[in-house]
Amino acid sequence: MYTPEFDYVRANSVQEAVRLLGESQGAKLLAGGHSLIPIMKLRQGNPGKLIDIGRIAGLKGVTRSNGTSRIGALTTHAMVAASADLPGALADAARNIADLQVRNRGTVGGNVAHADPASDLPTVFTALGATFHVTGPNGERSISASDFFTGMFTTGLADNEVLTAVEVPVHASGTGSAYAKMINPASGYAMVGAAAVVTVADGKCTQASVAVGGLTPSATRAPSVEAALAGKALDEANIAMAAGEVENDLGGDLLGDMHAGADYRKAMAPVFVKRALLAAAARASL
Amino acid sequence: MTSRIFGSGIKRREDPRLITGQAKYTDDLTLPGMAYMYVVRSPYAHARIRGINTEKAAGMPGVFGVFTGKDIAEAGFGNIPCAWIVPDSECKAPPHPALATEKVRYVGDGVAVVVAVDPYQARDAADAVEVDYEPLPAVVDAYQATQEGAPILYDSVPKNIDFVWRVSGGDVEKAFEEAEVTVKDKIINQRLIPNAMEPRAAVAQYNAGMGELTLWSTTQNPHIARFLLSLVTNIPEHKIRVVAPEVGGGFGSKIPLYADEIVAIFCSKKLGRPVKWTETRSENYLATIHGRDHIQEVELCGTRDGKITGIRGKVWANLGAYLSTASTGVPTILHGLMLSGAYDIPNIREEVIGVVTNTTPVDAYRGAGRPEATFLVERLVDLYAMEINMDPVEVRRKNFIPPFEDGHTVATGIIYDSGNYEPALDRALEMVGYEQLRADQANGPQNGKYLGVGLCTYVEICGLGPSQVAGAVGFGGGLWESAIVRFHPSGKVNVMVGVSPHGQGEETTFAQIVSDELGVDVDDVEVLHGDTDQTPMGWGTYGSRTTAVGSGAMMGAINKIKEKSKLIAAHLLEADAADIEYADGKFFVKGSPDKAKTIQDIALAANVAWDMPEGVEPGLEASSFFDPPNFVYPFGTHIAVVEVDAETGEVTLKDYVAVDDCGRVINPMIVEGQIHGGLVQGIGQALWEEAVYDENGQLLSGTMMDYVLPKARFFPQFRTDKTETPTTVNPLGVKGIGETGTIASTVAVYNAVMDALQPLGVTKIDMPLKSERVWQAIQASKNGG
Repeated sequence: MYTPEFDYVRANSVQEAVRLLGESQGAKLLAGGHSLIPIMKLRQGNPGKLIDIGRIAGLKGVTRSNGTSRIGALTTHAMVAASADLPGALADAARNIADLQVRNRGTVGGNVAHADPASDLPTVFTALGATFHVTGPNGERSISASDFFTGMFTTGLADNEVLTAVEVPVHASGTGSAYAKMINPASGYAMVGAAAVVTVADGKCTQASVAVGGLTPSATRAPSVEAALAGKALDEANIAMAAGEVENDLGGDLLGDMHAGADYRKAMAPVFVKRALLAAAARASL
Repeated sequence: MTSRIFGSGIKRREDPRLITGQAKYTDDLTLPGMAYMYVVRSPYAHARIRGINTEKAAGMPGVFGVFTGKDIAEAGFGNIPCAWIVPDSECKAPPHPALATEKVRYVGDGVAVVVAVDPYQARDAADAVEVDYEPLPAVVDAYQATQEGAPILYDSVPKNIDFVWRVSGGDVEKAFEEAEVTVKDKIINQRLIPNAMEPRAAVAQYNAGMGELTLWSTTQNPHIARFLLSLVTNIPEHKIRVVAPEVGGGFGSKIPLYADEIVAIFCSKKLGRPVKWTETRSENYLATIHGRDHIQEVELCGTRDGKITGIRGKVWANLGAYLSTASTGVPTILHGLMLSGAYDIPNIREEVIGVVTNTTPVDAYRGAGRPEATFLVERLVDLYAMEINMDPVEVRRKNFIPPFEDGHTVATGIIYDSGNYEPALDRALEMVGYEQLRADQANGPQNGKYLGVGLCTYVEICGLGPSQVAGAVGFGGGLWESAIVRFHPSGKVNVMVGVSPHGQGEETTFAQIVSDELGVDVDDVEVLHGDTDQTPMGWGTYGSRTTAVGSGAMMGAINKIKEKSKLIAAHLLEADAADIEYADGKFFVKGSPDKAKTIQDIALAANVAWDMPEGVEPGLEASSFFDPPNFVYPFGTHIAVVEVDAETGEVTLKDYVAVDDCGRVINPMIVEGQIHGGLVQGIGQALWEEAVYDENGQLLSGTMMDYVLPKARFFPQFRTDKTETPTTVNPLGVKGIGETGTIASTVAVYNAVMDALQPLGVTKIDMPLKSERVWQAIQASKNGG
């Protein structure tokens, strides 16, 4: 597998990366390279220039403060899986991304910026209501999950912006989250992924946030499921009933392939929403 | 003195270099002035070539030359031969040029080649080769290809039917007419991609001054490659050296002679430079052979009380676009002759229709014909058991061929060497806890999960084989082996063999045998293979023949060494040769073991030759040839335990027990490794693997992102055991074990899943049993299916 010819430049700071992006039409940022390099090797794309941000200091690692955790864009999936400061749903997802080698090199920032519809993290970040911190020529700004994941392989990031961190809430007592996926046995990506965050007080669900991915063009919130859970005891029957509501939230544009057609994925969505909710509810009650 | 290590699981001597990255593969080779080639391949499955313009590509940076099939033909190169033409089948061998000139017939068919300074520039220039195609309708399915109106690949192959081969024994019509019970099925053994860890590669170096060619190649059989290359290139065989350096797995996919090697040789000759070609994984999926792709319509008949009386079937075997080297023998000889399985079935008939289609050529892939035969028999046996409401274990017991030690002829006409099938079945049942599993199953599904148990009691044919039979069944070569055992003055030993192991471990097992037989430390033996200039003639490594046949040749050479050593020992001990005894590497006069000469003493004496007995030549070296009197027929019982999640259709393999009988075992650890690897590939076929073409002949499963290569986490720890029923067809009593895993496991797992789904009324799902298909079958059954 041989890439076409391309230029390579290393950025030593976020500001330098932003400047280089502005100077080079079509250039792409290189972090872990686990989506970008295969695309180039398959000659499905050639950005012409790669700006390597992989060694910029301060973009790697998880820091916790004031009820949130900040995940640097260069944090690897393995680091997320091993972090005690992150919500359960995130650890569930990170632990099962691809294989060990990929988890050791692939980055959270690269993953979400690529916005593959079959990727796990966008679904989890959507359910968690994560905030995406970016830096551009005019300084820093933050983007909500719903504004970040705008479609298949598209995000709210501008061409000249660099994603620096993703911020997620730290679960308070009574809140739990989980991620369940039907895995594509070839690629390891999600054919159906479901992330759930629930808060329980006095045996009743006071707040629920649910998202699905894999079968929709981008990570999709499931408000019908969330509404069906409000004020309910999180027992198996209520959860199963609420999970069934996910059909109303999927939209008309469902993905399918030779591994799992759209109809099958649609039928599996309630199953995996249910599984994610059951696991999240169990964690909330711990 | 060394103790006996036959039967000991010593560690593989190959492994340290493999796992520390020190092994040298073809792609590791760099020669001065070497150029790199890239093959331009057809994006169409079927198209006429109107013209090829190479001008622009030839002017690209770093390009030494761009060539087409016309250039290769003008250089006097011939077409690529098929080396196995099954007789009495009107088998046709349509021309297969190294680069297509008039028509392309599958996506990946080569049309031009670019040679450049480095692989990147070759790849870039390939995009500049302009090929004017006139696309034609394509056909990918073997059955559909034979139907009226299907696109035709070759004018010389009407209806795309390349051959029709038949086997029959007994009176099948009568058996079915008189049968109390008949069961039938349509079985599809889907197309698989072999996925050797190392893709194919070649380095061709033509030396014009000497008129000599050296080809380093990822081949399982360098001597066959040399023979065929001489036919295609017109370079005489004695001026060709083929080297198989470290070869990273083959599974059959490195048996054939491919177009790419021919093209590399042409380019080296034309440009006067060594030329390297290494395929990418994407190319590997298109341009290296695929396996299976068999459609079977089959029936079994028997009595109400469980006696099988007949099997008949019709098979459409997809050969792909061209006849690959061993392609026609796989779905015929290696499949049709094995339809009696482990059973006494008096009446058998099958018709195999070999079909050309617009797909990658199909050839031998681990198991090669026998998994398809075993699946057919073992699935029908289960359907029959279900029909007569008998435990599948009992049906098998009732029909087993009784134990035999020296030959049993089955209805297809072949003679099994030795067999004793019930002990392996009993052991497997005991290991898996069969009674308990059936009791658990009777309790119904737990948490929506259905338990299933599936059996396969197989027998297979391998250790290919007697050369006379090879000739009779249309194989274009012999199937004997040869070996040279050479003692150096220091007592160290080289063994040169014609077989060409590439992961099977014979560097270890052959050294174990030499160590035992001749009394040298195993570390003092080096087994050399895979170089036609260094090793004696042999037919290579495939068909689980390397140990079964190769060790026979080695034993012949070892015995000659012993005989000569006795003469030398007698001379040194001033005794009569008839009085010399040999034990544990020592030669001594009967009754005086303390005054012995070791094999090392004799090696030195023979090599310096200061004082040889009269009439005895210097040196201690012997060569031997071995042609076995029969194939070998390993057998055993595999049992799979699965759980099916009715909510999602997901199948989980919970337990897997394999009890195999490959005769005497030289190294149990290596045998176990062979079984494990085969199981993964065989279970892969049952549950995940599938090469998928769309109707236009585009390979949809063209990368590992889409082709499901099984991962370690998909499997439980396999549990294995053995019974030992030696064969009489070779000196050591050994049978092959390289393929039993793929032969037995596919249907064992399939039967287990169907067993699990029986309460839900599902009896048939096409492989692979991916979640979606299982779920759909469950839904269809629920909806009154």
